[in-house]
This record gives sequence, C-alpha cells and structure tokens, in this order.
Amino acid sequence: MTFQDAPDAKIPVPRGPVPVVPPPRPRRAVELTIDGQSVAVPEGATLLEAARQIGIDTPTLCFLENLTPVNVCRICVVEVEGSRTLVPACSRKAEPGMVVHTDSERVRLSRRMVLELLGSSVDLSTAPQIAGYMERYDAHPERFGPPAPPARDHERDLARPGHHPAPHNGQTATGGQPVKVDNELYVRDYSKCILCYKCVEACGTDAQNTFAIALAGRGFEARISTEYDVPLPDSACVYCGNCIGVCPTGALMFKSEFDLRQAEAWDESRQTATDTICPYCGVGCTLTVHVQDEKIVKVTSPIDHDVTNGHLCIKGRFGWEFVNRRE
Amino acid sequence: MDLHFTAHEPDPEEMEAVDRLLSGLPLNGHRRQYLLPVLHAIQDRKGWISPGALNYACQRLEVPPAEAFGVADFYALFQTRPHPPVTVHVCDDIACHARGAEALCAEVRTALGPEGESRDGHATWHRSPCLGLCERAPAALVVAAGDPPRDQALAPATGGDVLSAAVGVAIPQPDLAASVPQIGQPGLKLLARVGRIDPTSLDDYRAAGGFLALRRAFEMGPAAVVREVVESKLVGRGGAAFPTGIKWQGARSAALPRYLVCNADESEPGTFKDRVLMENDPFALIEAMTIAGFATGCEKGFLYLRGEYPLALARIENALQRCRERGFLGEDILGDGVRFDIELRRGAGAYICGEETALMNSLEGRRGEPRNKPPFPTEAGLFGQPTVINNVETLVNVLPIVIEGGKAFAAIGTERSTGPKLFCVSGHVKRPGVYEAPFGITLGELIDLAGGFGGTGRIQAILLGGAAGAFVTPDHLDAPLTFEGTRAIGATLGSAVVMPFDDTVDLRQILRRIAQFFRDESCGQCVPCRVGTVRQEELLHRLATDRPLGSLAAELALLKELGQAMRDASICGLGQTASGAIESALARLPIYQEKTL
Repeated sequence: MTFQDAPDAKIPVPRGPVPVVPPPRPRRAVELTIDGQSVAVPEGATLLEAARQIGIDTPTLCFLENLTPVNVCRICVVEVEGSRTLVPACSRKAEPGMVVHTDSERVRLSRRMVLELLGSSVDLSTAPQIAGYMERYDAHPERFGPPAPPARDHERDLARPGHHPAPHNGQTATGGQPVKVDNELYVRDYSKCILCYKCVEACGTDAQNTFAIALAGRGFEARISTEYDVPLPDSACVYCGNCIGVCPTGALMFKSEFDLRQAEAWDESRQTATDTICPYCGVGCTLTVHVQDEKIVKVTSPIDHDVTNGHLCIKGRFGWEFVNRRE
Repeated sequence: MDLHFTAHEPDPEEMEAVDRLLSGLPLNGHRRQYLLPVLHAIQDRKGWISPGALNYACQRLEVPPAEAFGVADFYALFQTRPHPPVTVHVCDDIACHARGAEALCAEVRTALGPEGESRDGHATWHRSPCLGLCERAPAALVVAAGDPPRDQALAPATGGDVLSAAVGVAIPQPDLAASVPQIGQPGLKLLARVGRIDPTSLDDYRAAGGFLALRRAFEMGPAAVVREVVESKLVGRGGAAFPTGIKWQGARSAALPRYLVCNADESEPGTFKDRVLMENDPFALIEAMTIAGFATGCEKGFLYLRGEYPLALARIENALQRCRERGFLGEDILGDGVRFDIELRRGAGAYICGEETALMNSLEGRRGEPRNKPPFPTEAGLFGQPTVINNVETLVNVLPIVIEGGKAFAAIGTERSTGPKLFCVSGHVKRPGVYEAPFGITLGELIDLAGGFGGTGRIQAILLGGAAGAFVTPDHLDAPLTFEGTRAIGATLGSAVVMPFDDTVDLRQILRRIAQFFRDESCGQCVPCRVGTVRQEELLHRLATDRPLGSLAAELALLKELGQAMRDASICGLGQTASGAIESALARLPIYQEKTL
C-alpha cells in the first residue's frame, strides 16, 4: 500500500515521489519430520518451535522467549539425520525435509550428561525446573564423586585464564562460593549460576543496554562479573532487576526473598500474585505483585506482556518498600 | 553510547601507549575491533592491565568496561591483576614433558620462586600450554614489558638462559637447521626458500622467484585462479581438511564487502609448521594471501597470528612494511589496479581462537567464544560479512598451484590427499623438526627421515594430529600419512603432528596433561565442554594416582559417556575432540590395570 491509498482523506498526502513499501514476502512453509510426525512451520522457525507445535516438550535452560538464543546449555539438543553432531533445537532453523529425533539414545545421553555436569558443579536447590528434568532423564550427578569445599570469598574472581589448581583427594570442582551481598536490592549467589548468559543479555542489548555485567574468565572459571569484580554500587548497574527476572536458578534474587529464605520464612504456598499497573509513569507496565503475610516480597512482570516483555525499571521492580511500612 | 566508569584513572604511560596505538586509525564503525591491539599495547608497556588503563581504553573505543574486562580476562597473556613486568611462560605440555620440562620448571622455580610469585617484584613465571617450539624442547617464552617490550622465545631453554632473558639479555638461538633439517634439499616446494634467503629481504624473496605467482594470478584472472585451486584438490591444512577450492568458489558469489582471514593462530600441541614458514618465508604468506584476496574478491585481509610467536610477528611486520613500500600491497598492486592490504593482529594466549568463528569474535574485540554454525563464515563471518578463512600452510600451497597448475599439484600425493605436506615431528625422534614430504609417505618413512626413533628407542605410542588427534603404536608404521590413511587406522592427520613417546614416559601423565589442556583452553561457553573437560581431567587424575572411584571399569565407562556427550553436544571442535586422543589411547594401550587389592 502507498500513502495515496490512505483511507483517511484528512491525512495530508506528501508531495513528490511517494515511497512504495514492498508488500511483506509471504513466509513459506517448511515441512520436516520430527519423531516420525510430519510438521509444517513458517520459514525461519526453529526446531524448538516446530517441536512445540506438535506438543513435544523439549527441555530448555538458557532459552527464553524474550532473549536472543545463545544455545550454550545444550540441554535442548536433538538429533538431525545427516548431521555429525547433535544440534541445539532453540536456535537451529527448520529446513525442508529435515528428519529430527528428539528422544533418541544419543539425545537422552547428552541431556542426562548436561544435567549431571550441572548438578555436580552448581547448587540447584532453588531451581525446581531442573529437578524435574533430572527425574525425567534419570540423572545422577553424584557419580562424579564428592564435591570439593566452596571457594573463599572472591577467590574464583582471581582465577587466571588457562590455569587451575590440580584436582585433589578425588573431589570434584564446583562453582561453590559465598553469596555476593553488596546492595540493598538484590543478591548474587554465583554458586547457583549455570552460566546461561540470560542476565548478561538482559543487562545488554536484549533489554536494558546498561552493560554492567559480562562474562569474565575462561573455561570452568568463566563467570558473570562486573569489571574487576567491583561491587554493584561502583558498577554501571541501574538496579532494573531485569537480570533477576530472567535468572532460571535463583542465583540472582531479590534481597527481600533472600532474607526470608535465610530466616527460613520464605513460603510460596502462603503467597499471592496479583497483576496491577505500575503507578510511577505513563508507560503502563504490568506488575505482578507477590505478597506473603500481607507484605510485598517481590515484583515481576509477565514475560508475554506486550509493554514490558517481562522487563521493568528500578521503580516498578523495587519501588514498593513504602507500601510495606504501616506507620 | 552512555557508559559508566569507575573512578580509576590511567597513568600517563598507559594513556600514551593507548594513544600511540590508536593514532591514525579510523575510529569509526567497528572501532571495537581495536580492543585486543589496545589491550596488547597496555600489557606490553606495563605488564598488566590496570583498571585506570582499561577505563581509558574503553573511553577511546566506546566499549562497556565490564565487557572489555571480560575480554582481557579471557586471554592467558593478559594480566588483569597487578603483575611484575617480566613473565616467563615455561611450557610443560606433552612434547616438552618428554624432553625435560619438569627439570626446567624446577630450575626456574629455584631461581624465581614458586609459580606465580615474585621475589623481587621484577619477574615471575607460569606454566604454559604448548608454545609451538616442540622441535627444540624444552621451551620457554620470556615476556618483558617496557617501551619497547622485549619478548624472547627460548628453545631449548635452560634455567640460566631464562634468567638472563628476564633481565633483558638477548639469548642466541640455535641454527635454523635444528628446526628444518631438510634445508637446501632439492625438490622442496613449501620449504624451498626456508634457510636459503634472508627472510627480512624483499629483494632476496624476489630473486628466489617471489611474486611470480602473483603476476601469473593477475594474468589468469580470479575465476581461473579459483579453477586451478579446485582442480588441485587442495584441502585445508589446519586440521579440518575442508576443500579450499569449494570455499573460494562459495565466496565469489557472496555479498560485498567480504574479508580474507589467515588463521595463523597455530596452537595445537605439537604443531609448529606455520611458525617456521612465517619466521623464514614471510613474504610467501603475504603473496599467497594477496592471490587469495584477488581470487575471492576480498580487498582486505586479516592475519591473526598466535600471540606467543614474537619472531614471526617481527618478520611479518617487516615483510608487510616492505611490501607496502614497493607496491606489492595497497591501492594499486603491481600497477594492475588490484587493491588489497593486510592487517596483522596478535592473539593473546587462547587455543580456542584457532577455531574459525572464535577467531572472528577475537578479531572483533570480543571474547574468543565460538559461534554456532550455521551460518558458516563464507555466508556470515567477520563483522557479519562473508569471510574466507584459511590456514597459513594452506595459503602457501596456492603459490605452486598458480605457478605449476592445479593438475600438476594434484599429481603429487595420493588421489584424495594431494600436494606436498609439512609434518611436525617432535618427541622421541633423533632429529625433530618440520619435514616436507608428499602425502602418502608412511609413518615409518617419516620417522626415518627424522633420523629414527630417539630416547631409549623403545617406543610405547605415537601421537598423531595433536591433542585433538589420536594415539597409534609402532604397529602402525606402515600406515600412509594421508587423510584417508590415518582414518583407516582410527586416527586423524589433524595438523600433522607426529610425536613418539619412549618407555621412560608415563603415559598416564601424558593423558592427564592432555585432559588438563582441554580444561584450561575450553572457552567455558557450553556445559558439555566447560564441565565435561573438568570431570575428564579429574577422572584421569584419579586413575593416574591409582585412586579410582569405584572400579576401574566404572571409571572407564564414565569416561566413555563423558566423551560421547562432549563429542555430540559441544558447540565447537574443541569439546568435540577433547576426549579423542584419550579414548584412542585407552583402546590401544595397556595404560591402566585393575589393582588386585
């Protein structure tokens, strides 16, 4: 359609050559076979989307609908006939004629190993979704041996790339370390970090464009960090909390939730979640207010909400402390 | 970009180092690509990258400090904490291990103190993965910050030499014949000029036939050059053996601009052939890159050189300069209207950057994390543009192809492995070094060429193809060294490493070191490799110290499962090959025995 076709005659028509907007190219359908079922998806769809379309539940950890796929956790791998290795369903595009197996022996082994490798190195106690996967794939992380004691405070932040202490006493290395508590709003418990990159993406170009955190180090010593591990108040952090919103394991946590958990008072069965609109500005973000014992304990936003895509700013995310004050 | 900085300020030296590097560079568009060069400039000047210096670099390049720190902290040659100006990197990898690395480490420890510490604040030392000096093992790299910085590779290294180099004394290195025993032999194609000409002299290179291939290529035209390369059946010499002609053909129809990248990040343990070529025949690589750029329609080439190769760096820098002065690079090469130039970039200590997509991320000023493929580089590579990436030796092979024709080249070697080949022979042979031989020479013949087995002469195992390769035994001496011949014996040619180990070597320690290597060099991006390489090392450590978890059989079963998950589910070749050599050793060699308790 061109400007001249504009239905409302009151809209002024620009003079001179009229830009012609090319009609959107129709998206062709791509047909492929997944687990013996044929499925047609729009061109550009991923194998994950195709599998979901026919009701196949593919486990994901680093994937989130509102972030760019990084395909690093590898739990979504599937077998594509003709491919030497397994491929990540979250980012691999469907191609015509592909024959895909999502539950073959090879797929199950890799998914189980990914879970066991994570389970043997990360504290997954606040990641119930992963516990479900563990059961589904019969994962036994303990078979790698007993865990080594946690690192001292900031010890892992001083690791030199390409160097690590030799293993000893048959113990297995973990990411265990003290929680980083350096501000009043949220804590960072990197013992629970599976390095899914989601917080970095949310802090960066996928949402906030703040770039306060990034990957540092290398290999098993790779970690999420500010520059030189400076405390958050010295960093570029603006406390939007969008990193907490996307964290799948509870490594990033509201200080309010962390304190209640420390006091063994956190109880989701006693909590309500109520949707409301943020009162601070005119954008109209939907807030989901989580309340326990008549106190707000955290605020999230629905990931499918078209204004926020699940992301908020410091005011919506944290600016409710005054509600909890009764005096 | 609205960036936030900590209060740390740079000192005048750091500012000067950054400004000097960036002066004259076009700081527009992809300015982040200068992050690695800037970090090198700071590291070279001060011996470490301070928060103030990093802030300044980030201001100049408009890079968020957290991201720049993550880049600096990824590379082993960059120090991100206060560090003495002189660092000695002592190789304790497998080739050096077989030739006295532990004794050298002990000497250095006596002189400088425990690893990573410094008695005088002036120098410290660290163990290092393979430094690519295996033919003259044991090796060390002395890196001394200053203006100018003084970096010296020492091999064979002694404790005394290391100490002298650490205080700035230039240590003379052995004659080139110690690295290239075939110098001057007739019939060599890749090593023909090595040791025969002055590698710093463009005139010498031209007198020895240099730039004839470039003239010939210009006469033929780009399409004909690609045709000859296709006809030659040349395949990549970096390890993956992809047909070069197919790659070039694909690039010719791709979008513009497109880039040529030379992968000179040779870091596969036991590999040193590209280093020898670049140190001793640098103009050949430049000529070959220019032909490749001309044939594939790239006006810009990047040469990504391994950070641990100071002599190759100096030789190539000089050669680039000479070529620009004399019109062999630039806006109008040979007066034929062809435009091409090469930017030299240094790696900074990361094996993973030899993986092509990790290398491109590194060139762009990012962490050397491999990208998921597809898309492949010929479609979307450097800066998202179509990119042709070839290994050093691959490119140098283009010169004889252009001069003699693809057909003549294809007649060398075997049907499926054509052309001459460089082999990196180290470990227990009498004359280690780079050897040129046509594809199809048998393993035994190559060992004979290297003077026969060395050490005690009683050889337990031979590593083929590097740490990502496979172990074979003296029973395989009749195997032809071709891609198909090595595959037939369950091995791989890889980067053409041939490394025999005699019976004094504890193979359990070799396997443990290989596992350590992959753990140290994993980028950390994907779970199977990041944690799998750790569990593999721990397991081999348990076996090497006779403390298996449960039974030996259970350990070996676990190792196999780990290997399969890494091979199947890792993003890139590093994780996919991290268990290959280990599994081949377990299948062929009686390394571990069940203890009768």
